[in-house]
Amino acid sequence: MLKVEEQQPVEFSPALIEKLGEIVKRYPEGKQKSALLPVLHEVQAELGWLSPAAMSKVAAYLNIQDIEVYEVATFYSMYFLKPQGKYMLEVCRTGPCCLVGAEKLMGHIENKLGVKENEVTADGLFSWRGVECLAACGYGPVLQIGPEYTFYENLNEQKVDELIDNLKNKV
Amino acid sequence: MARKLLLEHINVPGINTLDVYRQKGGYRAVEKALKTLTPDEVVEEVKKSGLRGRGGAGFPTGMKWSFLAKPEGVARYLVCNADESEPGTFKDRYLMTHIPHALIEGMIVSSFALGANTSYIYVRGEMMPQIRILERAIAEAKNAGFLGKNILGSGYDLELYVQPGGGAYICGEETALLESLEGKRGNPRIKPPFPAIAGLYGCPTVVNNVESIAAVVPIINDGGDEYAKIGIGRSTGTKLISASGNLVRPGVYEIDLGLPVEEFIYSDEYCGGIANGKRLKATVAGGSSVPILPANLTLKLANGEPRLMSYESLSEGGFATGTMLGSGGFIAFDEDQCIVRNTWNFSRFYHHESCGQCSPCREGTGWMEKVLHRLEYGHGKMSDIDLLVDVSKKIEGNTICPLGDAAAWPVASAIRHFRDEFEWHVKEPVKSLNTNYGLANYAEPIAKAVTTEN
Repeated sequence: MLKVEEQQPVEFSPALIEKLGEIVKRYPEGKQKSALLPVLHEVQAELGWLSPAAMSKVAAYLNIQDIEVYEVATFYSMYFLKPQGKYMLEVCRTGPCCLVGAEKLMGHIENKLGVKENEVTADGLFSWRGVECLAACGYGPVLQIGPEYTFYENLNEQKVDELIDNLKNKV
Repeated sequence: MARKLLLEHINVPGINTLDVYRQKGGYRAVEKALKTLTPDEVVEEVKKSGLRGRGGAGFPTGMKWSFLAKPEGVARYLVCNADESEPGTFKDRYLMTHIPHALIEGMIVSSFALGANTSYIYVRGEMMPQIRILERAIAEAKNAGFLGKNILGSGYDLELYVQPGGGAYICGEETALLESLEGKRGNPRIKPPFPAIAGLYGCPTVVNNVESIAAVVPIINDGGDEYAKIGIGRSTGTKLISASGNLVRPGVYEIDLGLPVEEFIYSDEYCGGIANGKRLKATVAGGSSVPILPANLTLKLANGEPRLMSYESLSEGGFATGTMLGSGGFIAFDEDQCIVRNTWNFSRFYHHESCGQCSPCREGTGWMEKVLHRLEYGHGKMSDIDLLVDVSKKIEGNTICPLGDAAAWPVASAIRHFRDEFEWHVKEPVKSLNTNYGLANYAEPIAKAVTTEN
């Protein structure tokens, strides 16, 4: 739930502001609200999640009301309204992936990381959750990791273990 | 082996670059259309081709184009629907990943035909890698003079942009997609007015699927008549089929429409049969929204004749014994799969993805998920089965957009064809948690229809 009173001021980096400027140019004059979804992706990629303060800043940038940003951020599943682990493992949980073992794999990830769905590991590195169909049904089970949305296909427990261990070592 | 129109060069190294794509004949359709054809002539070729929308609805693309309003001084838009999210469907992702210029080339020719000077490709947000691929391809095309001002000296201008979604299945519905592209929640609009009259920013707009737009390239290169020679009846051309589930070789296949379903599943050219030596129990032939069919009705029509991969043959028999081609998301279930569990899984998907505008869908999908969950987990009652049918009927046809129907059909069809398996879950609540109902009689041969004389 949004707690608007908890306003932590946020800053956008110059690189981010430059990117946002490029995005807004894609639309006709006066239609800058169209930039909202891509702008939220860029902001989330930099800040890790969308705090109320970050959303207000986006609203001011696009010259729209705060509520117009909130209603969009709460509608779409990719926007995080609270902090996540540095790596959010999103595993497809829909039919075709379940035919080839996605449910078992999610159980394995839960055990391996030691946290429940949408929780963050103590070191702040990992979260995981089941998401709906990622359009890779022929290569299941699959998972993706933002903000780049790197994609991993034909997974099994061993491959997931290696993936998690590699990410740990990267830090 | 059938001729490939979209995937012919998919395995050529570097085909994702402009140079290699051009070496293989790429951008010929742009040159032909912009230098030798009028926009109306391009529309005419697409009409002649018989191409039908590849996103699921199967509406003739040329006819959709001809509905586009053309008031003086008002911008027109082409928006490509790359919000591929229908469970079982992954062909557009495959096409955009490996041969992005096929989509860019199709967008240029189609935008020219429609008189659009700004076009958007709306890609689902999760496909960030594909978004980066498309943006790179657009930059290459622009450098080579295929995009921008006065393309190939024709006087025609086009800017092409990629727009990411935010993670919402509903945005595959064209008016929800336009809302989303305007920076709003993906709530489908009440129609009319249709996008052809008032679409993006209230301007006349055409929304087409990735595969439909890519198919315009071979149609312009070879002519609409040539394209229409492929396929069967009103199912012309080739179709990308996304094959998933318990198959030896799941993946994306380009087939001539009219291929027998049995050949698609079992031949080595395509899926190579059911994985691990198991037997086929059921299929969902066109993405999760279309009715599930038991193995026998998948392979044969009710009259015993072979069923074909075409719009008409897959829907032969109506929902009583048939299904739909839909988006071509072909999911195969082997004898160990539980129909009740899968139906619950799909209903959870639709509940999660309902936009919440219409009460029958918002509430009904939630109830179907709950009731199916208790059936699957051994707390179901016999009356739950008819309750599900009742709820599905109250959603179907009572919503602004087709998501309601898409949520209702999988549940209704699973009960229609697999009622005994649902009843078994009620009668054997403990056993059904640990074992499966199995193949039962779902693969038994269909008796040849007997013609009775008066």
